[in-house]
Amino acid sequence: MNISVRILLLVLVGQFAAALYASEWKTLKEDGVHDPENQGLQWLQNPGDALRRLPSDSVGNKVDWVRAFEDGYIRPRSSLTGEEEVEHLDTEIIMNETGSLPRVMFPHKPHTRWLDCENCHDKIFKSKAGETPVTMEKILEGEYCGVCHGAVAFPLTECNRCHSVPLDGTAAKD
Amino acid sequence: MLSSVRHARLFAVALLVVLLTPGGSEAEYADVVLNRNSEKEGVRPVVYPHWFHRIRFQCRVCHNELGFEMRVGANNVTMEGIIEGKFCGACHNGEIAWSVENCDLCHSGKPGLETGITGGHETLGPGLW
Repeated sequence: MNISVRILLLVLVGQFAAALYASEWKTLKEDGVHDPENQGLQWLQNPGDALRRLPSDSVGNKVDWVRAFEDGYIRPRSSLTGEEEVEHLDTEIIMNETGSLPRVMFPHKPHTRWLDCENCHDKIFKSKAGETPVTMEKILEGEYCGVCHGAVAFPLTECNRCHSVPLDGTAAKD
Repeated sequence: MLSSVRHARLFAVALLVVLLTPGGSEAEYADVVLNRNSEKEGVRPVVYPHWFHRIRFQCRVCHNELGFEMRVGANNVTMEGIIEGKFCGACHNGEIAWSVENCDLCHSGKPGLETGITGGHETLGPGLW
């Protein structure tokens, strides 16, 4: 193996290691958003101190928030006082008009664990399935699913988490 | 066969390249910067960490009960309102969470930041936020 190939390999391995390191949670002082001069930062929790204890994911906060909640790693309150009864819905919506991509299956269950019906209906989505003109263009512009996905819920790079129903097979339902 | 000196040199070069590669500073996914009023009023921009709050509260608490729109910058959050118990003031009142005299804990951002949400660099959409 000649020297230049060796250098290239070493650099690539190094870059990979650097990328792995960069995917760790930044401290507030080094995250580029908090003012490192701010003395108050010493009183704030760094993301890694909380998030490394939660089920991991490959994107976003590197936390699988749905699993963290379902498996009891976290117990976020449903109201300020934590005593409010909330409505959970366990139905699935299949979206058929996905061109050549797998159909979209929207599960109400994980969404209603976090959100109220009013957060989506009818401000973002009409209550009747199939009546909202959802497109990927609009989602990428931050509308519909893109109100949360790409901002706070898992990002839009994760196509197959929504486009999860093979075109042939599962019967379509609206 | 390479001498150990050459090995060491190669390693040093590779290490230097890695160290000089910009790692980029990035805030935590979904951190929100609020700067509609802050710097005009002479304080740092606010950084709101979604990750910290969602460990403790479901989305519905802030985005339904407290009236925060699901769009960064859509609410006019003021200190007067917060002191009256609106928005952040529903918790940050010294009872559920720290109260308003701890300015630096919320007004913790770098000067000059614009209102918006971070982490969205991973897709096209949040460029609009």
